[in-house]
Amino acid sequence: MNSITGPPSPALRVTNAFKVFGRKPQEAVRALKDGKSRKDVAPMGTAAVIDASFEVKPGEIFVVMGLSGSGKSTLIRMLNGLLPMTSGSVHVGDTDISKISGKRLRQVRQKSVSMVFQHFALLPHRTVLENAAYALEIQGVGKKKRTEQATKMLETVGLTGWGDKYPGQLSGGMQQRVGLARALCSETDILLMDEAFSALDPLIRRDMQEQLASLQADLGKTIIFITHDLNEAMFLGDRIAVMRDGEIVQIGTPDEILTNPATEYVASFVRDVDRTRVLTAGSVMENPRAVVSISGGARAALLTMRQQQTSGAFVIDRHRNFRGIVTDREVMALVDGAGSDLTEILTRADDAVSTETALNDLFGRSVESNTPLPVVDEKGRLVGAVARATLLAALGNVPSSTDAIQIVVPGQTAGSDDGSQRPEIFTQEPSGEAGGTL
Amino acid sequence: MANDLFRIPVGKWAESALDWVIDNLGVFFDGVKAFFAQFYEGLDWVLTAPPFWAVIVVLAALAFWLKGWKLALGSIVGFLLIYGMNQWENAMHSLALVLVASVVAVIISVPLGIAAAKSGAVSGVVKPVMDFLQTMPAFVYLIPVLLLLGIGPVPGIVATIIFALAPGARFTELGIRSVDSEVVEAGQAFGASPMRILRQIQIPLAMPTIMAGINQIIMLSLSMVVIAGMVGAGGLGGAVYAALTGLNTPLGVESGLSVVILAIFLDRVTASLSRSKQHVAA
Ligand SMILES: Nc1ncnc2c1ncn2[C@@H]1O[C@H](COP(=O)(O)OP(=O)(O)OP(=O)(O)O)[C@@H](O)[C@H]1O
Ligand SMILES: [Mg+2]
Repeated sequence: MNSITGPPSPALRVTNAFKVFGRKPQEAVRALKDGKSRKDVAPMGTAAVIDASFEVKPGEIFVVMGLSGSGKSTLIRMLNGLLPMTSGSVHVGDTDISKISGKRLRQVRQKSVSMVFQHFALLPHRTVLENAAYALEIQGVGKKKRTEQATKMLETVGLTGWGDKYPGQLSGGMQQRVGLARALCSETDILLMDEAFSALDPLIRRDMQEQLASLQADLGKTIIFITHDLNEAMFLGDRIAVMRDGEIVQIGTPDEILTNPATEYVASFVRDVDRTRVLTAGSVMENPRAVVSISGGARAALLTMRQQQTSGAFVIDRHRNFRGIVTDREVMALVDGAGSDLTEILTRADDAVSTETALNDLFGRSVESNTPLPVVDEKGRLVGAVARATLLAALGNVPSSTDAIQIVVPGQTAGSDDGSQRPEIFTQEPSGEAGGTL
Repeated sequence: MANDLFRIPVGKWAESALDWVIDNLGVFFDGVKAFFAQFYEGLDWVLTAPPFWAVIVVLAALAFWLKGWKLALGSIVGFLLIYGMNQWENAMHSLALVLVASVVAVIISVPLGIAAAKSGAVSGVVKPVMDFLQTMPAFVYLIPVLLLLGIGPVPGIVATIIFALAPGARFTELGIRSVDSEVVEAGQAFGASPMRILRQIQIPLAMPTIMAGINQIIMLSLSMVVIAGMVGAGGLGGAVYAALTGLNTPLGVESGLSVVILAIFLDRVTASLSRSKQHVAA
């Protein structure tokens, strides 16, 4: 189907792969090959993957996208033989996964293909370090060596010092970093990730996407990444395969998918991305830059604004609830008048938008305002900010959601659940004492 | 009275089958008998040979180590009461009987449960057999067991084992099947062998449930002790049976109370085993 064979041989090649669950899988495949539809063969079984063919180049991030039940998990589990395919072949390098089993298949899993799971799948009775070293343990690497390697890998994913904790003591984002460290430790060239970030909060999720992209740039892994999130697919994917009802309906770069959708189905998917209706404030927001606590007083607010080089700041209370906005001019006046209580000069306390607000509802407000729009969660807590530039970028073809946050902003890190343990890759400069204590 | 229409002689068939077993497998059952007798007598000697206070100290220390000082204190009071009621020897006989039966039941039922969890076919056989064993009135086992093994503690132990197998197999199967499938998948995805996944992932994660099954085995074994007393197993069961046949109220109360104390002790100790495992897993 897809015959881009560049000079380097593919890391992974899937040829006419079928998977049917049910009582008569072989019959169902024969019927499907004869042109019968998924519905036609339903009495013989569920056709989860139908005639999938594609190649993944070394060092590529290949994203598989599709709605729930479209067969993504089934497809990825055929790539390392967790699910035996009904028909077709999967070549990892030169080895045909569909032809081997038992010990030889385990060898491939140890040496060539590792996996990151949606719900982390860490061993709860083992420490973080032992979890990270698990793949090496199975490979038979000695204790000293694997501990050393796992420690280094935990460092890479930003979990220095957490090795002797148990997974249950970590936040979701941190647990998934352990899952990532475990997979990276195995030093396989291919990494399978089944909705690896779907269980994470939006901001942490974006952190993880960033980190994955940068790790991939450093380590050159071949990654097959499954998601049903369009933004994630667009941000991570070198190429994207769109699945529908078990079939791959299009494979292409994000740009090709956006500009040349192959079918109406893909088009409807994509229409969602360049129309601002589907993107929400929560999906494009950035970490708010200048955040001050209401109890911090005017001078502290002034200091934060100077450090952040902004002319206004978000004011929050002890519970991180958004209380309003102060501007430098008014704070200055307050200080001159020897006052300190920020409540006197709070403005636009009602201007916060919820994370669910669609982007096109933001434009009007954004134009009227010369500070970024505060974004609050359902409890009224400040979780992010949307600047005008972010909105304009989101209007373009390529969603800005993930690009926007690449501009690492020194300052407060409101909205991050594991803010106390920011890994190096997302390190923010230590903020001054002024500002919100979050 | 007699059934005129038709009569299916299931009982007769069972009897002939049993006769055949006695005739042909007698040697085997002699071996079984010798094994259990040795096992039981050895353990019984360990519990009855030392002075009673030494045994109490050891049991209380065990309770302290597994649970804490409250259970240790309770155990001391309880066992002293047993001694004071002149049931010490009987209680130790019964304890030995329960322990032998439980150990053997665990050794048989846990692997059975693991096999059932791994294979649907095995499960399809094990489940109904276990249901059968558990619902058949316990007294019924005594008949073939007596014919095969004669009078004494051994038939009591064997009947107890058969009766107590079911929860061990069932809890083990349940525990292993309810281990998070994604974690098992992770083991597979990194190339671990099925045995290794069983050893490093499934059994440790199923441990709290398996322990609950072992707790059930022990409690069921204890409940069988009284019945075993009827076939000459001795111990507290023998005392209860003697009290019943002689309508001896004081003996009945004292031996019955001793059973209760032993039951509470065993339950708390084994329950804490399953909980302490859970804590490690958390
Ligand atoms: N073990 C199984 N037995 C029977 N049917 C299955 C099995 N696993 C998956 N299916 C079916 O195959 C189809 C594809 O499922 P799959 O889990 O691959 O979808 P998915 O794209 O990963 O969806 P989601 O986004 O919900 O994870 C579904 O219709 C599902 O019901
Ligand atoms: Mg899935």
